[in-house]
Amino acid sequence: MSLSKRQRANLLRYFVYAATLIALALLIFIVDWSKLSNAMFKWRIIKEQFPDILTKAARNTLIFTFFGFIGGLGLGLILALMRLSKVRPYRWFAATYIEVLRGIPLLVTLLILGFGVPIATGWTWPNMYVQGAAPLALVAAAYIAETIRAGIEAVPRGQMEAARSLGMSYSRAMITVIIPQAFRIILPPLTNEFVLLIKDTSLISVLGVTEGTRDLAQFGRDGVGKFANATPLVVAGLVYLILTLPLTQLVAYMERKAKRVRR
Amino acid sequence: MSDVVVQLTELRKSFGANEVLRGINLEVTRGEVVCIIGPSGSGKSTLLRCVNMLETPTSGTVAVGGIELTDPDCDLDAARTSLGMVFQQFNLFPHMTAMENVTVALRKVLKRSRSEAELIAGEQLARVGLSEKALSYPAQLSGGQQQRVAIARALAMGPSVMLFDEATSALDPELVGDVLAVMRSLAEEGMTMLVVTHEMGFARNVADRVIFMDEGVIMEQGKPADVLGNPSVDRTKKFLASVLGTH
Repeated sequence: MSLSKRQRANLLRYFVYAATLIALALLIFIVDWSKLSNAMFKWRIIKEQFPDILTKAARNTLIFTFFGFIGGLGLGLILALMRLSKVRPYRWFAATYIEVLRGIPLLVTLLILGFGVPIATGWTWPNMYVQGAAPLALVAAAYIAETIRAGIEAVPRGQMEAARSLGMSYSRAMITVIIPQAFRIILPPLTNEFVLLIKDTSLISVLGVTEGTRDLAQFGRDGVGKFANATPLVVAGLVYLILTLPLTQLVAYMERKAKRVRR
Repeated sequence: MSDVVVQLTELRKSFGANEVLRGINLEVTRGEVVCIIGPSGSGKSTLLRCVNMLETPTSGTVAVGGIELTDPDCDLDAARTSLGMVFQQFNLFPHMTAMENVTVALRKVLKRSRSEAELIAGEQLARVGLSEKALSYPAQLSGGQQQRVAIARALAMGPSVMLFDEATSALDPELVGDVLAVMRSLAEEGMTMLVVTHEMGFARNVADRVIFMDEGVIMEQGKPADVLGNPSVDRTKKFLASVLGTH
């Protein structure tokens, strides 16, 4: 008996449903739930994470993220403008910078700047926050520069022409007309960049953070060592989610609002 | 002093191997309304964009009010404040209200105070009949309203010449009239205007002179009644026949 196309599609769909149910049932029966909750969701340990995980670890993560982002945004804007410049050496410099820093893993850049440079030059980082946030900013700048450049290029050409025809200089037109519109366009990818940065701060701990400058991930790892239990990592993961989820929601809200105003 | 406001001499413009303007000579005197008509690709928009140097001519000179814009030492930003430009796509700044669109260049370029700029902008918005839309964003305005704000924005700078680049071509037919009415009243007030248009009625009734362009040269020019009513060049006849759908 031959089946019609729709019948075949339906059959496949039921098959997928059934397979999912079977997989779930197997999971429920196979997993040792008491062992799992003992190793990952131990209430006594969860309680002990607070309030330090918020007042110290999350705070440090946010400090690293904030300075990494502000630095990355400022430098990224300069790099984006250099990439769009008429002056060739500017374009070459920006393109090289972006390609190099995007092509090297953040972990390696962190180690080179955090350890390599002080060893090579004898110069030392003023403090852990700068040592961690500066490499983060330098790498973020490379990504943000490309985002900003795309945003600037997405502003219709007529906007620059209208601004110039009113007597604005190129830089005046950029500041007053083009960049504000570009930032509206790139708000979502820029926030995405911020969220990525929150998560990337977890790599800073390879630089050997101290008790006071521990970020969320290191805090969780230290907890694992202390309690011989995975619960602290789960709690750290949840705190990351508490930081990132409202942000993505906020942007979704801002986008809806901007659309309503500008429609 | 002569009354020549815009003077183009042997103007040529090439995009790569494609020569779009092939030696244009044109003088526009104070208060004159010149309409430029011609088939698409004839170079009329490029000509207009060369007047305020949005396109850099390949050779030849552009002079406005006695200042040579093609001179490499010319301060183009300053010179452009006396040339108002209105675009086919309006090009209002979408992140600013109508009022802000009109005041931004007054404040940032001419360095007027906010209150001074808003006074001027208020007058110009009233002139185009949009006082009550001052606080609206472009997206909240119809195409015709947007174009009138764009005209107010250009007028606020106090230009000596207004350039219109197919200002009504992107509008729904029922919105064209309002914009043409504003342009007509401007002409009646004595504004010097260079108008690239497909509106033959406007050219016939408002222009002091009509220029027919094709293939980068001025084929024919003269009084509207002559060029539109009794063209002497075959190309003009063909173009008018196709546009007006007669003959």
